[in-house]
Amino acid sequence: MSRSESAGDIAVTVRNLRRAYGPRVVIEGLDLTIRTGEFVALLGESGCGKTTLLRALAGLDPVDGGHIEGPAQPAVVFQEHRLLPWAPLWRNVALGNETAEGRRRAEKALREVGLQGREDDWPRNLSGGQAQRVALARALVRQPKLLLLDEPFAALDALTRIKMHLLIRELVARHRPGVLLVTHDVDEAIAIADRILVMRAGAIASTHLTADTPPATLRGRLLKELGVENDSRAA
Amino acid sequence: MTFESADRPAVTARPTRSAPALPGGEARYQLLSWLVPLAILALWEVSSRAGLMSQQVLPSPASVAETAWRLIRSGELPAHLGASLLRAAAGFAIGGSIGFGLGVLVGFSRLAEALFDRSIQMIRAIPFLALLPLVIVWFGVDESGKIFLVSLAVLFPIYINTVLGIRQVDPKLLELARVQGLSRLETVRRIILPGAMPSILTGVRYSLATAWLALVIAETLATTKGIGFLAMDAREFLQTNVIVLTILIYAVIGVGADSLARWLERRLLAWHPNYAKGARA
Ligand SMILES: Nc1ncnc2c1ncn2[C@@H]1O[C@H](COP(=O)(O)OP(=O)(O)OP(=O)(O)O)[C@@H](O)[C@H]1O
Ligand SMILES: [Mg+2]
Repeated sequence: MSRSESAGDIAVTVRNLRRAYGPRVVIEGLDLTIRTGEFVALLGESGCGKTTLLRALAGLDPVDGGHIEGPAQPAVVFQEHRLLPWAPLWRNVALGNETAEGRRRAEKALREVGLQGREDDWPRNLSGGQAQRVALARALVRQPKLLLLDEPFAALDALTRIKMHLLIRELVARHRPGVLLVTHDVDEAIAIADRILVMRAGAIASTHLTADTPPATLRGRLLKELGVENDSRAA
Repeated sequence: MTFESADRPAVTARPTRSAPALPGGEARYQLLSWLVPLAILALWEVSSRAGLMSQQVLPSPASVAETAWRLIRSGELPAHLGASLLRAAAGFAIGGSIGFGLGVLVGFSRLAEALFDRSIQMIRAIPFLALLPLVIVWFGVDESGKIFLVSLAVLFPIYINTVLGIRQVDPKLLELARVQGLSRLETVRRIILPGAMPSILTGVRYSLATAWLALVIAETLATTKGIGFLAMDAREFLQTNVIVLTILIYAVIGVGADSLARWLERRLLAWHPNYAKGARA
């Protein structure tokens, strides 16, 4: 196994990745490339290894084989916001660079996610959606080449989730990181991704470009692939 | 001030505000909480004056106050009080830093835990008073013996709560530190210590109480200064009003120490919904 820095407009390249927990092989022979500015969504049945892949890309877990070519310090947003309750918002965003310059950048990042003027507020005074926006600001403030999102909107209500989709699309268009979004929500994937991957048996089973297929058709196809045959909402 | 926190879910409700409020707010409760102690004091004074209680058994509040005033004017009380507070402070500083230091060491390192924790727990299990004869043999009835006792009393609560606090830091936040590329030192400063702070302060608050108890015991050993000496001396001469005065002083300082701990909590845990002053989460 090895890891090296990605070059040019490639955010991350994964070749022949393997990851096993003891005798249970979770990822086997997985290949993946994400370009900067590209928004990739990853779908797959529960327990198929999506989080495992994301954690390997984040450098949080070791891998057992293959090669990852990606930035040494990708940004990650988890399902929970993971804000430090004892730090005001700007310190949360600037975490690791809490200087005057860091504060200036944090203010800018908070403004981008619509939380201007809240720099000195405490995380406990935020709603779930606002807290997740701060987590997004913290991820983007360091201009990452690769942004990894593990079901970041799963805990939000439907309306807030739609607003978050618009926000994150806009932010990705502006900052142009390569994005890998793990989600369970087929509609979410169709709404924000450029490319949708379906993971099965430890590898990428299929790839769908959202620009190529009408959303309703794509939705039907993806649901079928994920093993949901009779969907009453199908168009 | 409102019923707000009472009908909200437990996540935002503050334990200290769970009961419905009277109109008039916090200040009214503050006043109300003094009502019973003041009534008892008044009753005590009245029954003393009426001759229901002998001055030898329990002197009246007025005569205790008079004694206090006399001892303050003669300079005795400030000198003895100063000596006691100095002992408490020295013992607290010594025991507190050792307890905190050991706690940080054991909290961070499994090796240090394997080496020290069992011994510390064994010493902790010894009843405090059982050590008294040994302390007298070791230190005599000297100042150092008293400071030793106070240090020992402070050490354990701070040690235990520091270890606990460090161990309880949310592993998800430690993972965040790795994702953000924080150095080891930054992780300790930004995540582990603040995360452990509520527990550490609980230890401080608890240890202030045990320090005080240790001081009272230590000061019954032969001394020539300190509040304890004042009490022992008064016992020799059956000066009940001085004895009652020293008990009151111990009480006042105990309450003062507790307020100090609360103040520290309010300052250092301003972010914490349970401690934040006037917070309406
Ligand atoms: N620490 C671990 N030790 C052993 N097995 C693990 C561990 N973490 C995950 N697994 C296993 O690896 C497989 C993949 O888990 P993973 O969390 O990546 O799934 P997922 O696709 O993210 O699922 P979900 O959609 O439910 O979040 C599962 O079968 C899980 O039981
Ligand atoms: Mg998962």
